[in-house]
Order: sequence, then structure tokens, then C-alpha cells
Amino acid sequence: MEFMESSALRALQSKRLRDAVKRAYERVPHYRAKLDAAGVKPADIRGMDDLERLPFTTKDDLRETYPFGMFAVPMDEVVRIHASSGTTGKSTVVGYTRKDVATWAEVMARTLAAGGTHRGDIVQNSYGYGLFTGGLGAHYGAELIGASVIPTSGGQTQRQIQIMQDFGATVLCCTPSYALVIAETGKEMGVDWDAMPLRVGFFGAEPWSQTMRAEIENALKVHALDIYGLSEIIGPGVGFECLEKTGLHLNEDHFYPEVIDPATGTQMKPGERGEVVFTAFTKEALPLLRYRTRDLTRLIPEPCPCGRTLRRMERVTGRSDDMLIIRGVNVFPSQIEQVLIGIEGTTPNYLLVVDRKPRQMDELEVQVEVSAERFSDEIAKLEAVAARIRAGIENALGLHVSVKLVEPKTIERSMGKAKRVVDRRDLGQ
Amino acid sequence: MTTVQISVFLENKSGRLAEVTRTLAEAGVNIRALSLAETIDYGVLRLIVDKPTAAKDALTRVGFTVSETEVIAVEMPDRPGGLAEVVDMLTRGGLNIEYLYAFVGQRGQNAVVIIRIDTVPEALAALQARSAHVLSAAELSKI
Repeated sequence: MEFMESSALRALQSKRLRDAVKRAYERVPHYRAKLDAAGVKPADIRGMDDLERLPFTTKDDLRETYPFGMFAVPMDEVVRIHASSGTTGKSTVVGYTRKDVATWAEVMARTLAAGGTHRGDIVQNSYGYGLFTGGLGAHYGAELIGASVIPTSGGQTQRQIQIMQDFGATVLCCTPSYALVIAETGKEMGVDWDAMPLRVGFFGAEPWSQTMRAEIENALKVHALDIYGLSEIIGPGVGFECLEKTGLHLNEDHFYPEVIDPATGTQMKPGERGEVVFTAFTKEALPLLRYRTRDLTRLIPEPCPCGRTLRRMERVTGRSDDMLIIRGVNVFPSQIEQVLIGIEGTTPNYLLVVDRKPRQMDELEVQVEVSAERFSDEIAKLEAVAARIRAGIENALGLHVSVKLVEPKTIERSMGKAKRVVDRRDLGQ
Repeated sequence: MTTVQISVFLENKSGRLAEVTRTLAEAGVNIRALSLAETIDYGVLRLIVDKPTAAKDALTRVGFTVSETEVIAVEMPDRPGGLAEVVDMLTRGGLNIEYLYAFVGQRGQNAVVIIRIDTVPEALAALQARSAHVLSAAELSKI
């Protein structure tokens, strides 16, 4: 499949697209209404050349039909439900049939195999297990290969490293920033990474850079490969790097990529940068047509020296909306605003500062302006306000943040609209 | 009989305190007493001044976060045990002091303590019952 001739692949994609449009139209009232509104009938979609006639699907569609309204199968065929935090408090819910879980394992097996993972490998999976798709996604892929999976999930770094050492882990799956935490903590514990059997790592769920790749490879003595995915499409397994490390091969027999101009919605020319959109045509529970990821990148038209015909996508370098990804958690500034509105003694003027200090996890600092009217001159009361904000955000997002109270009007306002985010992470190529 | 204290929220940035004092100087405001409470990120500057309204207006105009707080100024003997006596008058009655700071003025042998307390009427009653001298704003500004 990964080396399939491109004309055969195109024929397969066309067939899968026709099936997906038909299923979505017949089984999802929301899609029927969308297609009717766009004046498109399933019969109009004969193949990939007709893809552009379909309307886009966005996070709003999932929100409007929360929780299960976009599912194309009855609940007794859904064997798994995952969710990620949404923009307005409601999460984005995704479902999988038994076949979807098998597809997911297949694309994750390709991902892990592209880095050389094989039967007999010991895979330490430090992605979080739970509603987040990272943990179980990598887990099923590794099992399908026949590797031995250690489901350590995130956290308890010293214990993780102990296990890694004692069990002889050869493959590591985690976020890139956590890889650096593992490297540094291991060094403090006296671990000689040169002598460890660890060979390759699959890092994703947050943006990172080539500089960081070099840093991880140098510190852990492994190949550091980028992986790409989003829960709406399937989770991890949408795209993966091979050992050439020159972009992410997309599993386009399942998830068809387009790159569009985020402002106009028209397709970009081959190789041009824009927003990547996926059509998940083999998904049974949640078929998505032209789903807008808001991730900015480009497709690489040239073939990869590895011989895979699956097209490559460049590392994602930005977003066409204001979503931040911090330690695998999706954060929209509007969610923080919601929390602040409910807290006395502050104004809804805030600034989010994201930082990645050397060898540390990403950190989010929330700077909040103190309200002139409600400002208490007692430190204990001010600290209580900061603690309430911290607790409120943790409750809403499941993310630890630091809160800094600042003077009013210190947060820059530009063109009437305040600048809400300062990202100090090095996310360049 | 209470006194108005001016409180200013200050980020821990170089030059902020200097800006407060310069602003007050330009507004012709004289600082009688001050205390600074600080955390890692910010501090709260508390000021007793001769012209509280002028001070607040001037600071607000240049963008500071300013609030007014009602505090009690008590005269006490400037000798060992002087402050203990005043504190004792309040705590014996079960009153809880939020914070206090003292200064020695040019008023004979006496010093002044500024007290911030939630229960002002009870505090005034407790102090007066023990014949403590609570200073009026006018008296304070003459020190």
C-alpha cells in the first residue's frame, strides 16, 4: 500500500470517496443538510476530481452535533469514544467502530515500522492514555506489529526511566518536550544514554522544530521522528516520517490531503503553503469530508528517496486559528477568557505566554490584568485571586498553568483587538 | 476616625517605584509613611500622604492601579513595648489585624502605627476604651 503506484492509488481513493459521500449523505442528517445546501448529490461525486465540489467540514459541525450527531453508525457499532477539549467548553467527540480501530492500528503500525520498529522491539509508550488519542493510538499500532508495549503513559519521569533501563526499551513514544525531560532527568540519575538500547523515538502531539530534533537525537542517541495526527481524523497515524526525515508521509489511502488558502477555501498549487484539509473516507463511525485542520503546512511534490509513494507533508509550522497546543492539550484563548469572566478582581484582559525552556516541558503563563476597581491591597487576597484563576483553568482545560497578575493596560492592544498570545517556542523549520 | 491610605499595584519591573515617587513629587504630594509588600511577580505599595485625593488622581492619570483603603493611625509611645501595647488592645478583643506598619514622626516622644483591620468600628472602640490616641487625618498630615 505504501508503495502503491499512484494511478492505482488514485482509483482506490476515488472509490473510497464515492462510498464515503454516499454513507455520510444517507446516514448523517447533518451531512445530508450540508450537501443539499451546497447543491451536491452523492451521484455528482464520481471520483477525486469532484472532491472540490464538496463543502468543508469544520470543528463547528462537530460542536453543533455534539456529542454523537456526526456518527454514521448506530451506537451499538461504536466500540470506542475519545474526546479532546473544544473551544467553548464542549469537547470534540470522536467514535470508532471495530474496523476503525483496526484501521487506526494499521496506520500506526506503518508509522512505527517506518522508523524500523519490528517484532521483538520493546516500545515504551509515554503518550497519555485516556480521552486523548495519543496513548491508545500508539499502543494498538505497536501491538499490531508484534512489539512488546509498556503502557507507562505520561508522568513519573524517574520511574519511567527506571523501567526503560530495566526492561531495555528500544522504542520511545512521547511528546518531543517530554523526550527532553526524560533525557535530562536520566542524565541527573546517572543514565548513560549511549549505553541504552533505545534506538528510535516517535514524537508528536505538539509543534516542534529541526533544532529540537537535533537536540533530542543528541541527548537520547536515537532517531527522532515526527508523527502527525488529530483526533477528528483518527488520532496519531495520519502522517509519519521515515528515516529520511524529510517530511511526513500521509496515509492518503485513508486520509486524503488537500492544501487550501484558509481565507478563500480554494486549493493551492502543488507545493504551495496553506491549510491542510483531510477527507477521512474509510472511517465508518465518523467519516469526515474535507475537514479543515487549521494546521498550516505544504505538500512536498517530489518523491521521497525511501520509495514510498504516499505523499509527504512538511512539518506543521502554524495555525490558521488561534489554537495553541501545549503538552498535547489544545488551548483556545477563548477558553481562558471564559474562566476569567467568572473571577472577580481581574479584567478579561490577559496575555498567554508559551515558553519552552531548555530541557523542560512547554509552559503556559497566563498574565492577567488586575482590576482597578476591585484591586485588593492585601497580598493574601491577590494570591487567592491568582489561585482561583489557576484552579479554574485547570478545571476547564486539564492543564497546569502559572498565573501572573500584571498592571492594567500593560497588555498590548493593537488595532482595537488585543494581542492574546506570545509564543516563545522555537517552532521554525 | 480613620485615615485614607493609597495602595498601588506594582509589577516587579525596574523603574516602577521611581515612577510613583516622581509622579507624587510632581503633584506636590508629600509622603508621610509607606510600606511595600512584595511577591515574586508584583508588589503592593501602601502610602500615607498629605493629599490622598491629589495622589490618587495623579497616579491614576499616569496609568497606575490605585485603590483607597481605610486605615487607623494610632499614636504610641516611642519606647520598648509601645507597639505591643497597641496590638494587645486589639488582639485581646479578638480582632484580627490584616497588616500594620509604623513610623517615627516629629511629634515629641511618640511614634505612629498605621493599622489595617477589617472591623474598623470595633477596633476604634477597643482603642478608645483603653485611651489610645487615634489620630485624625488633619493631625496626621501635620506630623
